[in-house]
Amino acid sequence: MKKISKSARSSFINYGIVLIFFLFFQIMLSTGKLSNSLSGQLIPICTYVIMALALNLVVGISGELSLGHAGFMSVGAFSGVVVATALKDVITVSPIRLILAIVIGAVLAAVAGTIIGIPVLRLQGDYLAIVTLAFGEIIKNVLNCLYIGADSKGLHFSMKDGNSLNMETGGTVIINGPQGALGIQKISTFAAAIILVLIVLFIIQNLVNSRAGRAIKAIRDNRIAAESCGLNIMKYKMMAFVLSAAIAGAAGALYALNYSTVVPKKFDFNTSILVLVFVVLGGIGNLRGSMIAAAILTVLPELLRQFQDYRMLVYAIVLILVMIITNNSKAKDLLGRVGAKIFKKSAVQKG
Amino acid sequence: MSEKDNRPILEVSHLGIDFGGLTAVDDFNISLAKTEIAGLIGPNGAGKTTIFNLLTKVYQPSRGKIVLDDKDTNGMNTIQVNRAGIARTFQNIRLFDKLTVEDNVKIGLHNHTEYNMWSGIFRLPKYWNEEKRSHEKALELLSIFDMQDLADATAGSLPYGAQRRLEIVRALATEPKVLLLDEPAAGMNPSETAELMENIRKIRDKFQIAVLLIEHDMNLVMGICEGIAVLNFGKIIAKGTPSQIQNNPQVIEAYLGKKKEAK
Repeated sequence: MKKISKSARSSFINYGIVLIFFLFFQIMLSTGKLSNSLSGQLIPICTYVIMALALNLVVGISGELSLGHAGFMSVGAFSGVVVATALKDVITVSPIRLILAIVIGAVLAAVAGTIIGIPVLRLQGDYLAIVTLAFGEIIKNVLNCLYIGADSKGLHFSMKDGNSLNMETGGTVIINGPQGALGIQKISTFAAAIILVLIVLFIIQNLVNSRAGRAIKAIRDNRIAAESCGLNIMKYKMMAFVLSAAIAGAAGALYALNYSTVVPKKFDFNTSILVLVFVVLGGIGNLRGSMIAAAILTVLPELLRQFQDYRMLVYAIVLILVMIITNNSKAKDLLGRVGAKIFKKSAVQKG
Repeated sequence: MSEKDNRPILEVSHLGIDFGGLTAVDDFNISLAKTEIAGLIGPNGAGKTTIFNLLTKVYQPSRGKIVLDDKDTNGMNTIQVNRAGIARTFQNIRLFDKLTVEDNVKIGLHNHTEYNMWSGIFRLPKYWNEEKRSHEKALELLSIFDMQDLADATAGSLPYGAQRRLEIVRALATEPKVLLLDEPAAGMNPSETAELMENIRKIRDKFQIAVLLIEHDMNLVMGICEGIAVLNFGKIIAKGTPSQIQNNPQVIEAYLGKKKEAK
């Protein structure tokens, strides 16, 4: 029972961190002490925290590499926008519309994940990285020439241009090719974003500490031994990958419904790599670390605005410093000793 | 009852595999009684581990038949063979290094733990019941080797001998009918080996399973095995009881070489 309480304690610390983060910024927000640029960053921070958690499930827990998680995010984002805009008049309560958009975004991203996973996860090696990389690019280009409109008769699709949607007068174009989704109602809220973070944490942590999560980790550690223990490799690899895709889709819907326009180019290769950077810097397989890394690295470019042209240079230096510190045993020792002095107890055990 | 015990649990006939032009194993026959401890010996490169890989379908055999408990394993994969009742350990230890000792055993118990992903995520009553049961079962299995105190340690951090023992426990957790041990005593000192010998016997008596082991430690093989097969260049060159094997000229030749006639 000691083991169970240990992992449960770590889970509750994570929930606590998210709640403290929420309370802190909610108080700052309501007392008006937050700058405009920072308050606009709150929902993107939550989105990237969710993305980092989702990718960590694939990279850290399942041991596969995905280079196209932004693709799943964009599937969720655009389907979420379509749902939210098309149901604008039917469901007037925006939180319900938001929930519906997130759920459908997650489901469609899960479908995309299933289609990719079934053939690719059967292979061993770096194939998943290659295929997800391609998927991210393909989805971006497909969305670049996708037109969706809604009128009283329902949804209209076209891959040519806005005019060929054949809509009644008064119909609205929801997705307009390379211009992306237009006229989105901003229905995402900070509270909803935090709730989604908590739900995702709940799902991933409970999964990891259950029978299925154990199997996923065992397959990562030693595939041949896992097979010889009678584990269904394909099933558990799919479980981790599809769940991760679904979570990325939910994050995408949350993200898109925070802006008035979203373009497909937003979810390109750079975004996928950005999320991977969060995971690697926060610690592969370390949920708390990747959450913190995602939050800090999302606001960092904003905070570094004072460096103007040198912003990205400083950003890169910060990344390198974090990398050195987190991977250097001497630096860790030093930090541990400093921490021990502050808390007057041995915070870090050597080993 | 006694008649049933004498019926072989594992029957292998004419098993063979070719890698390209190389015949690694040819015409391998063996029959294991229900609670027999048998040994597979032979010089390095004779094909012993290949036979384990064939039995567990890591390699698909080119020829021959493997019948486990009256069921032909033809067409099964590694996973299905394990579920049918063959568990193994590996010569080069393959543990789940980053998981705890207890979790390693629980992976062995995986197919005997009945709750799905959703019960796990939402922590339904089934999760708590089954986790409690598998926790108790895991500790019970670990106690065979007195390892229950190590349950929370990371498997990769265990000393070599303990890792070997943990692999055996993990294999046992899958509730096999036949246990294949690939050099279980490798890297152990004589007293550890003697203890292991006792434990293998204990396991056989407690779980009523057949054990087939590959081993270079002749004290262990001769001390514990009821039947021994000797392999050289992929073929069986001798079969019999330990004393028969010890005096077989072909076996001596395979291990020590032929005596040269003085010129």
